[in-house]
Amino acid sequence: MNQHISRRSLLAGTGALTVSVALPGVVLAATGKAGLEKRPPLKPDQLASFVTIKADGSAIAWFGKIDGGQGTDIGVVQIVAEELDLPAAKVDIVMGDTGLTVNQGGASGSTGIQEGGAALRAAAAEARRVLVEMAAQKLGVPADQLVVDNGTISVKDQPKKKTTYADLIGGRHFDIQLEWNGKIGNPLAVKGKGPVKAVSAYKVVGTSVPRRDVEPKVMGTKGYVGDVKVPGMLHARSIFPPVAGAVPVAVDEASIKSIPGARVVQIKNYVAVLAPREWDAIKASRALKITWSDAKPPFPAQNTLHQHIREAKALKREVEVNKGDVDAALASAAKVVEASYEWPFQSHASMAPACAVVDVKANGEVTLWTSSQKPHYAAEGVANILGVPVEKVHGIWMWGPGSYGRNDAGDVAAEAALLSKAVGKPVRLQWMRNQGHGWDPKGPASVHTVRAGIDAEGKITAWHYESKGFSRLDVNSNESEPSQNLVGQMIDVPLKPTQAFAVPEESYNFANKRKGWTTVAPLLDRSSPLRSSHLRDPLGPQVHFASEAFMDELAMAANLDPVEFRIKNLSEPRDVAVIKTAAEKAGWQPRTSARKQMKGDVAIGQGIAYAQRNGTRVAVIAEVEVNTKTGKVWARKYTVAQDAGLIINPNLLKMTIEGNVVQGTSRALKEEVTFDAKNVTSIDWLTYPILDITEAPETIDVVLINRPEIAPTGAGEASMRPLAAAVANAIYDATGVRMRQAPFTPARIKTGLA
Amino acid sequence: MPKKISLNVDGKVHTIDADPDMPLLYALRDDLGMTNPRFGCGLAQCGACTVLVDGEPVRSCSTAVEDLHGKKITTLAGLSKGGKPHKVQEAFIAEQVPQCGYCLNGWVMTTVSFLEKTPKPTDAQIREALSGLKCRCGTHTAILRAVKRAAQA
Repeated sequence: MNQHISRRSLLAGTGALTVSVALPGVVLAATGKAGLEKRPPLKPDQLASFVTIKADGSAIAWFGKIDGGQGTDIGVVQIVAEELDLPAAKVDIVMGDTGLTVNQGGASGSTGIQEGGAALRAAAAEARRVLVEMAAQKLGVPADQLVVDNGTISVKDQPKKKTTYADLIGGRHFDIQLEWNGKIGNPLAVKGKGPVKAVSAYKVVGTSVPRRDVEPKVMGTKGYVGDVKVPGMLHARSIFPPVAGAVPVAVDEASIKSIPGARVVQIKNYVAVLAPREWDAIKASRALKITWSDAKPPFPAQNTLHQHIREAKALKREVEVNKGDVDAALASAAKVVEASYEWPFQSHASMAPACAVVDVKANGEVTLWTSSQKPHYAAEGVANILGVPVEKVHGIWMWGPGSYGRNDAGDVAAEAALLSKAVGKPVRLQWMRNQGHGWDPKGPASVHTVRAGIDAEGKITAWHYESKGFSRLDVNSNESEPSQNLVGQMIDVPLKPTQAFAVPEESYNFANKRKGWTTVAPLLDRSSPLRSSHLRDPLGPQVHFASEAFMDELAMAANLDPVEFRIKNLSEPRDVAVIKTAAEKAGWQPRTSARKQMKGDVAIGQGIAYAQRNGTRVAVIAEVEVNTKTGKVWARKYTVAQDAGLIINPNLLKMTIEGNVVQGTSRALKEEVTFDAKNVTSIDWLTYPILDITEAPETIDVVLINRPEIAPTGAGEASMRPLAAAVANAIYDATGVRMRQAPFTPARIKTGLA
Repeated sequence: MPKKISLNVDGKVHTIDADPDMPLLYALRDDLGMTNPRFGCGLAQCGACTVLVDGEPVRSCSTAVEDLHGKKITTLAGLSKGGKPHKVQEAFIAEQVPQCGYCLNGWVMTTVSFLEKTPKPTDAQIREALSGLKCRCGTHTAILRAVKRAAQA
């Protein structure tokens, strides 16, 4: 228990409620108090940047990513503990603080374990090697005669001849250089001379160590980013135009003069109000009178969005796979099947609109408190918009409303920085709910077309997949440049969009296969509430909705069962294994056409889909009930089989998959950003509904396939990928209706049934 | 115009100067430093700001401070007795429910009130009682497990 308390008091430093009292633990550790000598400068090629042994022989893992509540931090703790031969309870982890950790990319692309954990593993293995070498010198025996257990190093068969991590280095930092690949962010990799442990010897990795943030969250004992209070701080609210693209022509400061301490800051086309009290800032944001320019409403009618995408000029086209001769194979096919699928804009709709606190001090030092999942990049964004060197900005990551990609967190950081500089005081800025929904970067809308040729024997001879939509990177997936932030665009920095999209990841062994994508111009190029960027499993749900729903259509066209059809056409055993495992667990009922089972007014169906994601493979079987009177779909049960290589923590992996399934169900059944000619109109939870608990699945069966021989790959997003297709295929099995437009709302189901 | 308002929160009476129509949420967070109730929407649509008022779950973002006179307000941090978690908190910890945890006030406080009235709920009753609360991380199934666990505790 003491151990637990000391760990929590150490970590309290990243969760300060009130800054004046609460930065102690970690910062003290870094500055040379709390029993630790002063930390050497942070460099990616230094062991001390990743692992420290404290005075009591326990360890700190310094992790340049963050955990948003899925337990990535615990996975890294387990990896480090394993290499150091310590129990997990003796490893603390410090995350995301730009003064304490090197930039490992933040939470990004499900690389927390795959890449972030790999770096920490190598560092910890090197730390162990160094410690054993030190012990060998001290004890006067060769290193290969030593064994390590729980931080004690002893001579084999002479347990009394021993020393400890604490004795050897406790409280001092390693002065050891690592081999560094020269990269920062996700691909940062380091290597030492220390061999990593054989998987067969693992004791900590593979066990369900519980998370450490659960208790303080449930008990309410630790703060979130929105709870930071800095003496003298002002509260701010940003004000965005009623018509997207409009700019302020006149701001009537007198309209808020009755509100105590309220003031306006305008920087080019960005306007905000500030006040000492938060409620006053909110009142001021509502009262302020602004005359906006007469901008032409920029958006087409929403029901023409996908037609617009189909007809829009290609901005960039890329063919990612082109195998064999697709055109010839299609021309000679006995039968050609073609279908087209549509996906809407979707919002991060984070649990709260983003909040950041920035203190631009008179001496040029800047502190940023942020819940951005990429705090190093958010700090760079602050430095760049202020025009100060990045070393001047200390980014402190704190809990916030969960983010699943490039949400609004980096936007508010940059805005708060400009405001703090303008008023010369610390500023806490939070967007309002209608801004969090209305102005966050959106997951892009798209159209996907798939064509396949089938020969006389039912064999697929050609497969041609095309995605067309708004770029996944109209604004970048990190917020380090002003051009990628809303306020940067409002203050007229040159735009720097990137054109990128995606195609399915699978191992179908069709002889002739082409996969390509095309991006189209944004509907409004600057300061758009529909600027598009990464939303959990960026483009995975839409791209695989189309490919895997089409595979179901193809199976039926070939008169084959969808499970059998996939297995027949797959070439990789791990892909086959997830499908077979899910089918077995779910009690898959083979069929070659929609079964349309009815229970009263309710149609019942089962559907499968599978996908790869950067090494991970997952199959999802959905079982749905479709109310044929109301059109409402209940995804009652899911079976998920996932293979992400070596399993670090089975329980946290399972719970991460459950979260993906529920969030993915919400996106498949309910979520669609709405807009009129002027602006986004889905601006709260009524206009942008997400899955309610009354609609939650009854059962989510998760089967984890452990592959100890394969290095772990990402698990934070993979199971969301095939989910919408599994639901669409289940709806077809229940009703005989092909849903080719997401979300599968009651209105669309009823139209299909009519 | 601001006036003196007294608030009984977690067993202690505080007096603040505030606009009578200011929502309770800002009194708790900004005047009293009780930051567990969180701003999620300001529209009573999500539950992140939920507190108990005389035992009933109330959205503090949409309840004016002047309406709380003489009432007992309980926040998430005020649920525990002498450092011992409430049984609903114990169940949420045991099931490792929260991911980001931002929404927790709504689920925990609503469950506390619900189980007082319905100690042996069915699955359907639990879902109905918690309907409308938001969780963006998708911990719905873990929440259902935790509520059942708390009901059996």
